[in-house]
Amino acid sequence: MAQGITTEPEVDEDFERRGKSHSGPRSMVLNMGPQHPSTHGVLRLLLELDGETILKAAPDVGYLHTGIEKEFEVKTYQQNVTLTDRIDYLAPLSNNLVYCLAAEKLLGLEIPPMAQWMRVMLAEFTRLNSHLVWLGTHAIDIGAMSVFLYCFREREDILRVFEMFSGQRMMTSYFRIGGLALEPPRGWQKRVKDFVDVFPSRIDQYEELLTNNRIWTGRTKGIGFLSLEKMLDLGVTGPMLRAAGFKADVRKDAPYSSYEKFDFDVPTRTENDVYARYLVRIEEMRQSAKIIKQALEGMPSGPYQADAPGIVLPDREKMKTQMESLIFHFKIVTEGFRVPEGEVFQVIESPRGEVGCYMVSDGTQKPYRVHWRGPSFGNLQSTPAMIEGTQIADVIAALGSMDFVLGDTDR
Amino acid sequence: MIPENLQDNAVIVALGNLAASAKSEFDELTIEVAAADILAVLRQLKGLGFEQLTTVTAVDRYPSEPRFEIVYHLHSFSKKQRLRIKARISGESPEIESACGVYGGANWYEREVFDFYGVIFLNHPDPRRIMMPDDWEGYPLRKDYPVTGTRY
Repeated sequence: MAQGITTEPEVDEDFERRGKSHSGPRSMVLNMGPQHPSTHGVLRLLLELDGETILKAAPDVGYLHTGIEKEFEVKTYQQNVTLTDRIDYLAPLSNNLVYCLAAEKLLGLEIPPMAQWMRVMLAEFTRLNSHLVWLGTHAIDIGAMSVFLYCFREREDILRVFEMFSGQRMMTSYFRIGGLALEPPRGWQKRVKDFVDVFPSRIDQYEELLTNNRIWTGRTKGIGFLSLEKMLDLGVTGPMLRAAGFKADVRKDAPYSSYEKFDFDVPTRTENDVYARYLVRIEEMRQSAKIIKQALEGMPSGPYQADAPGIVLPDREKMKTQMESLIFHFKIVTEGFRVPEGEVFQVIESPRGEVGCYMVSDGTQKPYRVHWRGPSFGNLQSTPAMIEGTQIADVIAALGSMDFVLGDTDR
Repeated sequence: MIPENLQDNAVIVALGNLAASAKSEFDELTIEVAAADILAVLRQLKGLGFEQLTTVTAVDRYPSEPRFEIVYHLHSFSKKQRLRIKARISGESPEIESACGVYGGANWYEREVFDFYGVIFLNHPDPRRIMMPDDWEGYPLRKDYPVTGTRY
């Protein structure tokens, strides 16, 4: 395939606004999306074609913009946790985690080991959840229907785990500033153990369906190439970089929430195509299952929230017996807590790459500014460089291999 | 002004006079530079091994002047180091050179800052709004822009 295409996108208002082609009568403009099923959300992609070859591509984002960054500024720190779920709706707990870590850094809070380990375990469940949705939909885009059903079978188990912990299947908001929202439910170990015991064999099932499948390899090998240099330049992170042979993972490079205590590998491939990205994510799922197993076996005991009166909601029992706890509860709920002045940029590894939270505090109960660096935004930016010069049938495979979520891009 | 404990920091030494002030909080290094120097600074930092521009954003300090802080977060994978570069620009003519020539990834982030704050990036290859509709009035993330209501 056309490897090494690194054309810079040029602006052409005629092209983007009115769909007017500029390469003469031979070319036509195709408006793909915003409601195209393979865009997994609402991405509009303008393609200029010569026959089936893409001459020019221009992604148009913003259809899912909901002003979350503005809303951060008018809600208290703890209320904002629920907003973060809705940014990257396939990885809500990763978003909770990065937001809480940023706020905790400003507050100088020490999180008890049990809460840290629980965060790691559930963040890895989130990675599995997100990768399963990605694999199912990516396969269905390319034409493998049954993989979708298998993936969603396991995803259902994961959502039940989330439901057990938080009462919610998707918008869990389970991590709060200071620890976890609720005490882990009784019997969670069995539910998690049942899952990790069978899950590796389920990954084998997906691999049996796809890895050596001739149609799958034909549609994915050698497709969606983008040079590593270009990827770094355009701000691509996560599995896409690792499939280009670049070993970069925030969990290893700058461990957070006690990731340094876990033993896992960072899979890389060097082929740098859609197939390599598939193999990297499959291996990541195996590693995540390994981390979950370690967390299950070594889970420390102890409190699930930091000892920080005035920030963490007091125990229900204490509220009924101690005047001070009742006052703290009232204060936290009605006006929130003050966060010392300062600024932090916290980065963690979400299923899609680096998710960053830049938080500026002016010393009040509400953040002065929160900027969300979503991995999808950076990754999607590489679309034109990746698909220009390739065939239109490969666009679907290339887009799928990026694994973007438009909620994360548009915020 | 560079505090004493950062005087011999490798990045600050390499930037020399370009670094106007610096601070290190929560193990995060912030270097403030003059807005006019931003391209020279970014070029030098890319040469120092900061391969990726993680994000570009802005903070509105309304009503104080200079009103906008343009914040660049750089990442060096090889050194496992992150860096925050800050440049302040006035609210009356919010303009700064675009970083697209140094880091291609700045493109969409700068469009976003333009969209939300009305900061003009000079020599930007694609200076349009990115999230809001093209005919939108006002810049939503400015502090004097209301949170609720139907009209600016």
